[in-house]
Amino acid sequence: MRRIILDHSKRANVGHIGPCLCVVEILSALYSSVLRANSPDDPDRDRFILSKGHAGLALYAALSLKGWLPQETLDTFCGENTLLGVHPEAALRGVDFTTGSLGQGLCIAAGAALAAKMQHSTRRVFCLISDAECNEGSVWEAAMFAAHHQLSNLHAIVDCNGQQALGLTRDVLDISNLAERWRAFGWRTSEVDGHSVSALVQSLSTPSSSDAPHVVIAHTIFGKGVSFMQEGIPVSQTNLPTHPVNWHYLPMSGHEYNLALAELERSD
Amino acid sequence: MRKAFITTLCELAAADDRIVLMTGDLGHLAMEPFRERFPNRFLNVGVAEQNMIGLATGLAEAGFLPYAYSIATFAALRPLEFIRNGPVLHQLPVRIVGMGMGFEYGHSGPTHYGVEDVAVLRTLPGLTIVIPADSDQAANAISDTSKISGPVYYSLGKDDKITVPGLNGRFHLGKIQVTRTGGDIALVTMGSLSQEVAAAAEELSSRGLEAAVAVVSNFYPDPEDDLADFLSKVRHAVSVEAQTMSGGLGAFAAGIIASRGLQCKLRALGVRTPPDGTSGVQEERWRKHGIDRHGIVRTVHELISK
Repeated sequence: MRRIILDHSKRANVGHIGPCLCVVEILSALYSSVLRANSPDDPDRDRFILSKGHAGLALYAALSLKGWLPQETLDTFCGENTLLGVHPEAALRGVDFTTGSLGQGLCIAAGAALAAKMQHSTRRVFCLISDAECNEGSVWEAAMFAAHHQLSNLHAIVDCNGQQALGLTRDVLDISNLAERWRAFGWRTSEVDGHSVSALVQSLSTPSSSDAPHVVIAHTIFGKGVSFMQEGIPVSQTNLPTHPVNWHYLPMSGHEYNLALAELERSD
Repeated sequence: MRKAFITTLCELAAADDRIVLMTGDLGHLAMEPFRERFPNRFLNVGVAEQNMIGLATGLAEAGFLPYAYSIATFAALRPLEFIRNGPVLHQLPVRIVGMGMGFEYGHSGPTHYGVEDVAVLRTLPGLTIVIPADSDQAANAISDTSKISGPVYYSLGKDDKITVPGLNGRFHLGKIQVTRTGGDIALVTMGSLSQEVAAAAEELSSRGLEAAVAVVSNFYPDPEDDLADFLSKVRHAVSVEAQTMSGGLGAFAAGIIASRGLQCKLRALGVRTPPDGTSGVQEERWRKHGIDRHGIVRTVHELISK
């Protein structure tokens, strides 16, 4: 999945690589084990909402590996008149909901979960949000609603990479006691290593007797798998200072791409 | 139109179990008939309009027909981006119901006025906007548009007693309704202000001027051909709306006149001045902004005498 992310970011010369790399295991857990879906068109499939839509390429990679996204479609990523922009569009088969504006996904997810309950369906709804996305008030509107309506079929996953667009989350708006906040809103919480597929699968698949909605606080490393991205080093742009958020936006130079690929191959 | 809305929705819901009524904790002494009849399909989401539209998006994708209700400005403006990225982008059948268009919330003051909802939502192609003028038209319009596959916004008036003479409840999507004919001046209006425009036409008639009156009841599909036809028959027209002037009815009429090259001089009436902190009952607000019957008559005389 990381290889697909690097290849297509490079080919399209776009950024948002760091936020894609850090959710690889989360999407891998979902699409390989957790989501119950025979096809992306089955109305009674589990739903997934990538509320942090800027990791769209990671979702395309997961859909591609799942066999739901043909290679020739994946190759249109960030091309002309494509359905595969940086942020995912529901017009693309396999994408359940359009996202990109932070703070909207969990509200939609709560509606989808409520719909399943009202239809007496056992389908579940999974929604991946970012830690910084919790700055949005609407996240907490949805959190309040889901707990009140006992939407136990709703699972939120918070990608806790500790970064946001202009700095570290602890410097921008400190939400370090995040699990405690969710518990205060009536949610069942789990904390896992967001790079352990088995821990994620276990956390998301273990049935609970609780009526509460479930949130997994997944601790992740921004740019995971590529050390210069994890460390915020702009290898080719020597005029930029080293900063953790550099790889939120930067596209890779050819040299950086080769470095990143070599590291991936070493770790395989 | 509140009674007409709930009565019609109850009738629709009895025949269609996909219909769900949601409210952002508003609608006291209006929602009760639905709530009593369909308790499992009534959902007070709390004071959270953004979440309400998000929820409605999730419900609609799963096959429900959610009607999300609040005061017009809270229904349309607070969750605007949720409307844009949810029901509009996904083209889902979410119905948003905004109550109290214009100055109907009188002494509740400027925070409660619905003077931008139609103009602002007109900027979202793919969203049908329905603006009934009285209860009979509201009932027909809500019923006729219930099966639209995409999203719909209803800008409703609270008053149940209004009847616009000559309208007789008629509603056709993408068409205007001509409620009065006359060759001296054309009046174009929308929503519950239509009753005031009808009164102005009466007043003009008593002074020897015959006004044709057109009620615009929806946008998207815009009633462009219909209104062009109506305006092509007169030399002078006045548009009257309880909305600010950018992007609303006046702008729509002006655009038609310009793009079709019509020989019709238009005066657009509406809310031109910024809020000054004052409030008052609806009729007084109409007077203040020159959109009451006397203001309309005055404007017609000025326009014709030029």
